[in-house]
Amino acid sequence: MKDLLGLQQTDISDIRRILETASNFKEILARPVKKVPTLRGRSMITLFYESSTRTRTSFELAAKIMSAEAINIAVAQSSISKGESLKDTLRTLQSLTADCVVIRHPSSGAAEMAAEYADIPIINAGDGRHEHPTQGLLDILTIWQHKVVGREDETYPGVINPNRPFDLTGLTVAIIGDLAHSRVARSNVWGLTKLGAKVRWCGPKTLVPVECERLPITLTHSLEEAMTGADVVMVLRLQLERQEKGLLPSLREYCKIWGVTPKSLQVAKPDVLVMHPGPMNRGIEISADVADGVGGIRAAIEDQVTNGVAVRMACLYLLMGGGSGDDE
Amino acid sequence: MNLILKNGRIIDPSQNIDRIADLIIEDGNVSGIVDAGTGVGDVVRDCTGLVVAPGLIDIHVHLREPGFEYKEDIESGTRAAAAGGFTAVCCMPNTNPSIDTAAVVRQIIERAEQVGSARVYPIGGLTRNMAGDQLSEIADLISAGACAISDDAFPIQNAETMRRGMEYCAQFGVTLMTHNEDQALTHGGAMNEGYNSTVMGVPGIPRVSEDIAVARNIMLAKLTGSKLHLLHISTAGTVELLRRAKADGIMVTGESGPHYWALTDDATQGYNTNAKMNPPLRTPEDNEAIIAGLKDGTIDCIATDHAPHAPYEKEQEFDRAPFGILGLETCFPMTYMRLVQTGVLTLNEAINKMSCIPAKILGLPGGTLAPGSVADVTVLDLNKTWTVAPNNINSKSKNTPFMGWEMVGGAAFTVVGGRIFTPD
Repeated sequence: MKDLLGLQQTDISDIRRILETASNFKEILARPVKKVPTLRGRSMITLFYESSTRTRTSFELAAKIMSAEAINIAVAQSSISKGESLKDTLRTLQSLTADCVVIRHPSSGAAEMAAEYADIPIINAGDGRHEHPTQGLLDILTIWQHKVVGREDETYPGVINPNRPFDLTGLTVAIIGDLAHSRVARSNVWGLTKLGAKVRWCGPKTLVPVECERLPITLTHSLEEAMTGADVVMVLRLQLERQEKGLLPSLREYCKIWGVTPKSLQVAKPDVLVMHPGPMNRGIEISADVADGVGGIRAAIEDQVTNGVAVRMACLYLLMGGGSGDDE
Repeated sequence: MNLILKNGRIIDPSQNIDRIADLIIEDGNVSGIVDAGTGVGDVVRDCTGLVVAPGLIDIHVHLREPGFEYKEDIESGTRAAAAGGFTAVCCMPNTNPSIDTAAVVRQIIERAEQVGSARVYPIGGLTRNMAGDQLSEIADLISAGACAISDDAFPIQNAETMRRGMEYCAQFGVTLMTHNEDQALTHGGAMNEGYNSTVMGVPGIPRVSEDIAVARNIMLAKLTGSKLHLLHISTAGTVELLRRAKADGIMVTGESGPHYWALTDDATQGYNTNAKMNPPLRTPEDNEAIIAGLKDGTIDCIATDHAPHAPYEKEQEFDRAPFGILGLETCFPMTYMRLVQTGVLTLNEAINKMSCIPAKILGLPGGTLAPGSVADVTVLDLNKTWTVAPNNINSKSKNTPFMGWEMVGGAAFTVVGGRIFTPD
């Protein structure tokens, strides 16, 4: 595996390898001194064409914990704003001897294009509506830890059936919200179904992409149908401008029909796990009680964030050759 | 001076001729067809084993001059045309300045006479600067030599503007060629809306955006009595609307190009910007409808929408890369391989759709080998095989989805007004 561009094209063996490595790295995050020398002398550049707090910080922290240099390019202040092409930017970063580029870009396919023009590893941190593979992986790791391992033990090695690690067969994951514009929903479909989970998509017809029935999912516009018997409910962020673009009559109506509330969760499995990639719009796609896990509701939103660091450490480690043993 | 094309299989659908014979060309005009081996002349070209046809005419080409000579110019574009077997091309008005004044029309015609390897007929823009509001001086454009009027690349959204444009064109009998797109439905779209766009996360261009615009333009053509020509048909819906309009006696014609019958939106997978054009590649169902439309005559002719773009423009993010692909050099082989060898069209029908009918639609010289007509001739070698590669493309640009494809069929040489053009 040279790059991590999307879970659609990532082999199941590579997905398992990343998850296993991430599970092992979680132990480092539990230490009082979070620093290992594994990637000393390597440099990761984050190239973000879209604003981001958690993803960029998560990558930066992951690199620093592993002793790699983390350099952030603020696109607005760079030569990119002078019209430099993505191809030239990538060639420049490579010539600066970066060991890995983490890219976020509003155009779908930008990460694939970056990988075509650069020999160094490219990690897709979100490209348009296409994929956000590290988010998908951290979601899978979170589901695995909550629903399969059955405990929130951060030192658990992450393997139950040694022949089929991270197998999610038997679990049903409902993804609710703005599916048309969601790279998170797409990455999760490919990752979850490769590991055996069943995926349901639910959202208003105006926010569902055409012909998505051909994806390995079940589509419904009824929240109740999507929730019934679900093991996991993944709530997507609703971009507030969707209403202005005429895709929704009002946020009020959206909240009423598709908002995830303690009441709508009643038809799900009693131990249903609620997830959200953040940042949340409390009171719109998710009620505050659900987000905060009030009244025995199991919400894993903060675990997702922590697992994000572990997953990104694993990706950097596997792609920057930390495992090759040639660094010391 | 006379030129003899000897012993070729002369196919001229305009006269129902298909036989081995000699074609005699005198002072730039066809003087006649005589029995094989009997022609005598100053210059003799042996065409044994080759097909001698009226020169192919592509009525939908972007030559990019003036303004975008880094993509293509009249010299390189007509060289690509000649290499592809075309003796004449009609060039679209989205240049800079756009072809919206007589001066630009004359400039292009003069330049083509100086450097061209094929005839060039400029198409005038329907509105000034192609901005979609004020009409161009259409009478002036026509008198300077514009062969048609078009809104290609900047489709008129306002139905009232289109109505007045059609009325104005109708009084001069000039054909209006429309790019059919309701942009309210395509805004931001970069590829066909379907499963591929969903998986790739690329904003889609729904098929109905073409169908709705076609329906509107057909209805306005009926209202105004304008001669309407539908550019680059990409959907099954358009084929059906065109079929019905013809049955209703409305003056409307249509064209499609090889990519719309040989490729689907699968070709965009991997974010291949050389498979990005507008209208976009569609679905197998659309391919089939277009092939059926070509076969039953609903789609009158074949045109390429040759649209060169520089490599650095195509080497961009998929949604930012410009729309358009090359077409001139692959059109005949793609037609021969995918329509003739598969039995959809006879060779005579294919030549009809690439030469005689396009000439008839726009009233151009050529499209026939009748005595006295201009000596525009394409000599085709059906046994020619070649591979599409950057170094054998004559166009300045290399943006073709057929890169690396094996081609069967091509031009041995062309004759334009008696002058021979042999591809390198």
